[in-house]
Amino acid sequence: MEAIVYGHFTDELELLDAVKALKNKGIRIADVRTPFPVHGLDAALKFPRSHLPKVAFAAGIIGGSLGLLFQVWVFTEGWPLNIGGKPYLSLPSFVPVTFELTILFAAFAMGFAFLLRSNLGPGKIPNILDEEVTNDHFQIILSAKNNNLSEAELAEALEATGALEVKHINAEK
Amino acid sequence: MMEKQNIPDPIPFKFGKKLKTYLGIAAGVGLLALLIAVFVQQLPSERIWANLWMNALMFLFLGLGALFFWTVNTLGESTWQINIQRIMESMGLTIPFAVILFLVAFPGLKDLFEWTHTEHLDKILQKKEAYLNLPFWLIRFAVYFGMWSFFAVYLRKMSVKNDFEPHEKYLGRLRATSGWFMVFFAVSSSMAAWDWLMSIDAHWFSTLYGWYIFSGMFVSAVAVIILITIAFRHFGILPNVNGEHLHDLGKYLFGFSIFWAYLWISQYLLIWYSNIPEETVYYVERVNNFGTIFYINVAANFLFPFLALMTRGAKRQPLYLAVVAVIVLIGHYLDLYLAIMPGAVGHENASIGLLEIGLPFFYIAAFLGLFFIFFEKAKPVPENHPYFIESSDYENI
Repeated sequence: MEAIVYGHFTDELELLDAVKALKNKGIRIADVRTPFPVHGLDAALKFPRSHLPKVAFAAGIIGGSLGLLFQVWVFTEGWPLNIGGKPYLSLPSFVPVTFELTILFAAFAMGFAFLLRSNLGPGKIPNILDEEVTNDHFQIILSAKNNNLSEAELAEALEATGALEVKHINAEK
Repeated sequence: MMEKQNIPDPIPFKFGKKLKTYLGIAAGVGLLALLIAVFVQQLPSERIWANLWMNALMFLFLGLGALFFWTVNTLGESTWQINIQRIMESMGLTIPFAVILFLVAFPGLKDLFEWTHTEHLDKILQKKEAYLNLPFWLIRFAVYFGMWSFFAVYLRKMSVKNDFEPHEKYLGRLRATSGWFMVFFAVSSSMAAWDWLMSIDAHWFSTLYGWYIFSGMFVSAVAVIILITIAFRHFGILPNVNGEHLHDLGKYLFGFSIFWAYLWISQYLLIWYSNIPEETVYYVERVNNFGTIFYINVAANFLFPFLALMTRGAKRQPLYLAVVAVIVLIGHYLDLYLAIMPGAVGHENASIGLLEIGLPFFYIAAFLGLFFIFFEKAKPVPENHPYFIESSDYENI
């Protein structure tokens, strides 16, 4: 594990100010962990846009077309049923299933893509640095490796932004 | 978080001469189209009355939808809408004036509504007579308009009072009255849709018709709010409106277009599936004789906004969003056309001509004229609202 320094905050506005202050100093932030989504954090961190919507769109198209094609096949080739004297290929009646399968595929693809991308999943042991993040603390994580600064300097910068507690995790551990 | 003094001051809106001239020309074009239709083209009377009726309804829907949108946001204590709240308030104030436009079309009620010919009602209409008779219909008409106008005026009054003498009691009244409006609107919007639209095809009925009309009304109102917001932002009247506000409005346009499509297919699918003649007659008429408009309706109101507004960038790009809003607005005008014309005019006489394209300009001019008058009367933004700062400085996730 690389050498990192992290600081805690108890208020999301203080956290946002701290993130902006660190960014202004040119310090790279490895990660920020929060107990709930913080508005404006992505923009403050200058993170690129997530690709999740594209995954959802592609999966939705696949799900919708598969659903539609399957119904067309079932009602014309696989097991044609005469329902109320309607033609076998009755598109209006395929709408609900197509709609549901679009949503099903998009939702599952988004869920799995998120787990995959975030390195999460069943049986994974999460790398929680401090139990307090699961309660009410906001955590800024700095890594010495990608900053060209010593840990002491990083800790100093974090303290200057008003972090409550600043802790080190050393590479040796 | 921003401080209040850092928020730019809005430029006070002035309903200037230039704007009045433009609206006057638009109104003239509309009236000219009507005069040509009556005296030169000599169109059948029911087509004239149906057009007056349709445009009056569209006029009302914009105000009523905006009032609904505002009260929903007030009730939900949403903060983002405070910067555009005055737009919705002013749109809501046009409701009392819609009465005049409806009254103008009143001499044509006999042409529009079959059930008003009390002398020869058939068996089905006789059974419906307890509800569909002219005196009761007029009472309901008065009650809807009386209540809607009361809510629009009262809510606006409370909102403006808070500007001069900020007090939480006004905000409390806003919230409570919004709740009562919601209760009344839930019933009255459905019933008004039966009274004014569904009873044109008096023998036919659909249980979700009120919701269907409501969803179209809401989308049209949101489209107009978007257009006015973008225009005001462009001219610096609402400097605090940023991409986030447009993003939120775009989400409403996107989401409720899908909601409209959901209700559209729910109504169509069940009638198509059960295949009962007394129900299918409605769609048979529209698919066979109004086929082009029938399919354009679905394309313009669902497929187009669904695909065009899907990405985040699309909802935040003002010009792009405005174009989508205009197309959706035209789409819902066609939706109303499809609801009224087949029943009231019939496919032999109905078509989209000079009257259908020209007359709306008069109503647009009337709507915008009233809107500007009311918007000018108060501050462009409720600066003393406690959520004002948050509304000027927030971000979508």
